[in-house]
Formats: sequence, C-alpha cells, structure tokens
Amino acid sequence: MTTGLRYVYAVCRPFSAPLQSQLTGVGGVPPRLLHHRGLVAVVSTVPERHFAEEPLRAHLEDLDWLTETARAHQQVIDALTTVTTPLPLRLATVFRDDSAVRVMMEAREDYFRQTLGRLEGRVEWGVKVYTDAEPGELGEPERAPAKAASGRDYLRQRRDRFRAREDEWQKAEAFATRLHETLSERAEDSRLHAPQNPALSGAAGRNVLNAAYLVPRDHSEEFVELVDRTKDEASGMRVELTGPWAAYSFVGDIGGAEDEENGEGDLP
Amino acid sequence: MTVVERREIALVDLLDRLLAGGVVITGDITLRIADVDLVRIDLNALISSVNAQVPAPWEG
Repeated sequence: MTTGLRYVYAVCRPFSAPLQSQLTGVGGVPPRLLHHRGLVAVVSTVPERHFAEEPLRAHLEDLDWLTETARAHQQVIDALTTVTTPLPLRLATVFRDDSAVRVMMEAREDYFRQTLGRLEGRVEWGVKVYTDAEPGELGEPERAPAKAASGRDYLRQRRDRFRAREDEWQKAEAFATRLHETLSERAEDSRLHAPQNPALSGAAGRNVLNAAYLVPRDHSEEFVELVDRTKDEASGMRVELTGPWAAYSFVGDIGGAEDEENGEGDLP
Repeated sequence: MTVVERREIALVDLLDRLLAGGVVITGDITLRIADVDLVRIDLNALISSVNAQVPAPWEG
C-alpha cells in the first residue's frame, strides 16, 4: 500500500460476519478492515489526484461526483449496519496512509469506545413533516387575486389571506411539535435537522419538521407503526419516514470542527 | 396525509446525514469539511440551477 490515500467510512467494534462479497465503496473499490487496538476502521484506498485536499474541495462542488460519493459511502455504511453497529464518519474523511488512520484511532480511542457502547444496537429514523403545498405560497406574487372593488376590499382580502396562511402555519407548527414530543418519548435521543430547502429536496409544501430519532433496533417496528398512525391525526400535512439509518445524527460531540490538534474525545 | 414508504434515498436526506452528521475528524488530508455549511450553500445554488434545467439527473 504505497500509493493512494485512505478514505475512512466508519469505526466499529470487531465483527465476525463477512461483508457482502461484491460490496464496493468510493471509487468502486471494495472496502477493507483495518484492525487496531480492538477497534476496526473501515477504509478504502482512494487516488490522491481525487482525494487530496484541493481536488476534493473542487469535487465537492460537482453534484454528480458528490452524489456518487455519498451513495458509495452510504452503501458501505448500510452493509456494515447489517453486521454490526458502525460509527459513521463524515463524508470524505481522508488520511495519508494506514498509519495515520491508526494514529487517529488511538487519539480518539476513548471517544470511539464510549460512543460505540452508547449506540450499540441502535438505529436512526428520520421523520419529516411537510405542509401540503399551498397555492398561495408557491410563487404567487403579492397581488390581489381578483380585482378588488376598493382599496379597503383589497386590504381586507390581503389580510384574510395572510391570516389563513398564519393559521395554516401555526397548525403545522403545533402538529410538528406534538409529533416530535411523542416520538421523542419513544426514542432514546432525538435531533432536529434544519428544515430542507424545497429547491434541494424537490418536495412539495413547506418542511416544518426534519428530525432524527435514535431507536433500539428491537423497538423499530413499534416506532415505525407509531409514525404510521400519525397519518390520521392531522389533515393538510404530510409525514415522511426514512431509515433505518446508521446513527449519523447521534455521534456525539467529539470537539467538533474546532478540534484541531489531538482530539481527546471527552464528551462534554 | 400519508406516510411515504421507503424508496430510493433522496440525495438531500443523504446529505443531511453525510454532511451534517457523522463523526467529524480533521484528518491529515481532510478538509475542514466541517465548513460544510459553505459547501452546502454552494450546493443549494448548484442544485437549484440543475433543478431548473433538467429533472433530477442524480436519481437512479
């Protein structure tokens, strides 16, 4: 292994079940396991010309490349999820060589052990709530719909429309808040993601809840049923469930981005 | 109201996790992808413009 960089997907505890034989990761290369001090890093060798800092930064702005890489990353994490509980790393975490990966594992050993212990047997479910598309919100310019008879009528129409939208909005907020509370009670942990931009998701309506829930794999069925039942609770709303995911949203705080030197990995 | 069944994972859901979740480790090569918000902002613009032209080329 002299050439190429190391792309790291995840850190796990050692597992005995084999990975799918045709599993490929980033760059179409099968991932391999790098054992070190009772932990396993799942890595692929990737070419420097694409994964050194400069080209990587450029690639990240290339939607096709990003999509392909994200899907390849996810494919490996998914495969790992069937045999163990992986601790997924952020997209495009790259090291110089195996030895640099080992150094990283050692530096964060306590964090990895604690977090893997906490996440063992858990999966993440994503739940999103959208308002149904409101014609009034989708690009209709702020103009009176029909000819208003007078200035006063015009203002009243405008105010009514505004109120209707406010009501709709408050109803959606209330529904999302209640749903989040209910689901949080059934989950070990939860996290709110930023609402998705409709331009990005292509979804109709406004995204009022974009949450992730950490649920023991064994309780997943009930959790999914619970989400399913919400369909009867409110009209004018759409609920979307995604998962099960590896616990991407619950990896804890390792010191975050600011953690330059040497992550001690102590949780706050 | 409907609960949409599982299907092909939407890119945007994937990015919520791969760019906003996962363990952030500043590798010796990597990137402060931590500054992902910057990447995402660019992405917003990029994806919007792609959306405007062709229907979701990344699906499938």
